[in-house]
Amino acid sequence: MIDVAIALGRVAFVVMFVVNVSGLLGWVERKQSAIMQDRIGANRASIFGLRAMGLFHPIADALKMLSKEDFRPARADRLLFSLAPFVSVFFGIVAFASIPFGPVVELDGKQIPLQAVTLNVGILYVFAMLSLGVYGVMMAGWSSANNFALLGAQRGAALMISAEIAIGASIMGVIMVYGSLNMMDIAVRQGELLLGWIPRWGIITQPLGFILFLTAGIASTKRIPFDMPEGESEIIGYHVEYSGMKFGMFLMADLLETIVIAGLTTALFLGGWQVPYLTAEGFRFPWGAALGLPYGLVVLMQVGAFVIKVSVMIFVLMLIRWTLPRFRYDQAMRLGWLGLFPLSVLNIVLTGIVVLLLGGAR
Amino acid sequence: MTRPTLRQQFYLVEVLSGLALTNRHFFSNMGKHIAHAFGRRDAKGSVTIQYPEERRPLSPRLRTLHRLVRREDGSPRCVACMMCETVCPARCIYIVADEHPNPEIEKVPQRFDIDLGKCVFCGYCVEACPEDAIRMDTGILEFAAYNRRSMIYTKEDLLAMEPAGPDGKPRTGIPIPADRIA
Repeated sequence: MIDVAIALGRVAFVVMFVVNVSGLLGWVERKQSAIMQDRIGANRASIFGLRAMGLFHPIADALKMLSKEDFRPARADRLLFSLAPFVSVFFGIVAFASIPFGPVVELDGKQIPLQAVTLNVGILYVFAMLSLGVYGVMMAGWSSANNFALLGAQRGAALMISAEIAIGASIMGVIMVYGSLNMMDIAVRQGELLLGWIPRWGIITQPLGFILFLTAGIASTKRIPFDMPEGESEIIGYHVEYSGMKFGMFLMADLLETIVIAGLTTALFLGGWQVPYLTAEGFRFPWGAALGLPYGLVVLMQVGAFVIKVSVMIFVLMLIRWTLPRFRYDQAMRLGWLGLFPLSVLNIVLTGIVVLLLGGAR
Repeated sequence: MTRPTLRQQFYLVEVLSGLALTNRHFFSNMGKHIAHAFGRRDAKGSVTIQYPEERRPLSPRLRTLHRLVRREDGSPRCVACMMCETVCPARCIYIVADEHPNPEIEKVPQRFDIDLGKCVFCGYCVEACPEDAIRMDTGILEFAAYNRRSMIYTKEDLLAMEPAGPDGKPRTGIPIPADRIA
């Protein structure tokens, strides 16, 4: 009984975190871009005269989208047309399941890993879910019975394939260094120290892999600078025929994917929930100093560290989205197939050589 | 077009410098916003003018909504010479002349309508007027309406207008067309 409650609690934490943060990202995106561009940003939505810096705008947006007409083209495929946005959002949410947001907590002799689902092949699961997200795009484009939507969906599918292959190849290095597909194991091993004082984070052991992963990850979120599936400002994308909340769900799916990419980057390259030099007993600094902390506080700090790292990554992803212009379609394809993919393979080879020279994977 | 240098072709360095630029903007503006919130009125993190509450200062030379200048007794200074109607490139002025009770003044407009839906705000009517009877200095820019009829301003509407204050702010209330009074 208590096990079920704990399992539900873990799942609830992840789902609440991901869904609420994705709602909040609409506000973050508006305000961050506004401040970057010397503007103020949306600040008019108010409840009883309380504006709260535009925090009510996501709610107002949701209300607006829910109250709009839910239009379906006459020749559209009824089932797939309605299913597509749900597929997009669903895989965005479940992809976060195997990302650990905290350590394995010992409570009354029970081992509780702080992640929604404990999977031995966690990384593969995340990428399977991320890749399945493209089905939503394809379904939307095809079922709309609109040639422009179909073209947009095909651009999306082509982009996804070139990005996902680069993602898969770029994390091979991480898997080789940490010797596991279990994301909790990877996070635990990033807590070790290199040369006695450098945290063994993925960004230190895999700098090239980090850049490749981040680039391909941004591409897989289908946002600027890789937004040719939608091209909201001029070319027409896969969700032309959508309106109301179904359209809103596609926007939400993009934000969810941003969160997943931020979470993945954190878990694989930024040490996951690790705080440097923080062990289960407290801080133990390499110069010999030590600071004992209660176990509950340590766990809390580690979960907090994960949330902060994800927030910083989201900030960086938003910064990139509001700084870079869009790649042309052929440029994105060339970047994916002639840039990211060969470099990922090179990264695998180099990592293999280094791991072999240092005495094999551990 | 010059070929991009190797550094530019490598792209990553240029991306990072671009990100540094936007990030610097973000944090310097954020700092100004916070300083503003803590009472430093001179720190402005944005150039936004919050329009309905704040107004952009207008140049006194800006051509805004027309007005008809009044004599001391409140009658129009206009003598219905039709100069403005003739010069108007948009043909938006419609004047019907009438005899003035004062024999020293030749005529007076019985009707003086300006169709703002047609007006191009060129200011030729102001230039052409020999009596300085029409001016475009009310400082009023908002006169949108829901139909064309409400865009036509009659002599009485135009005579009621006041010139803008020395700060460029309109002294007459913004005219609300009949179709917008709910």
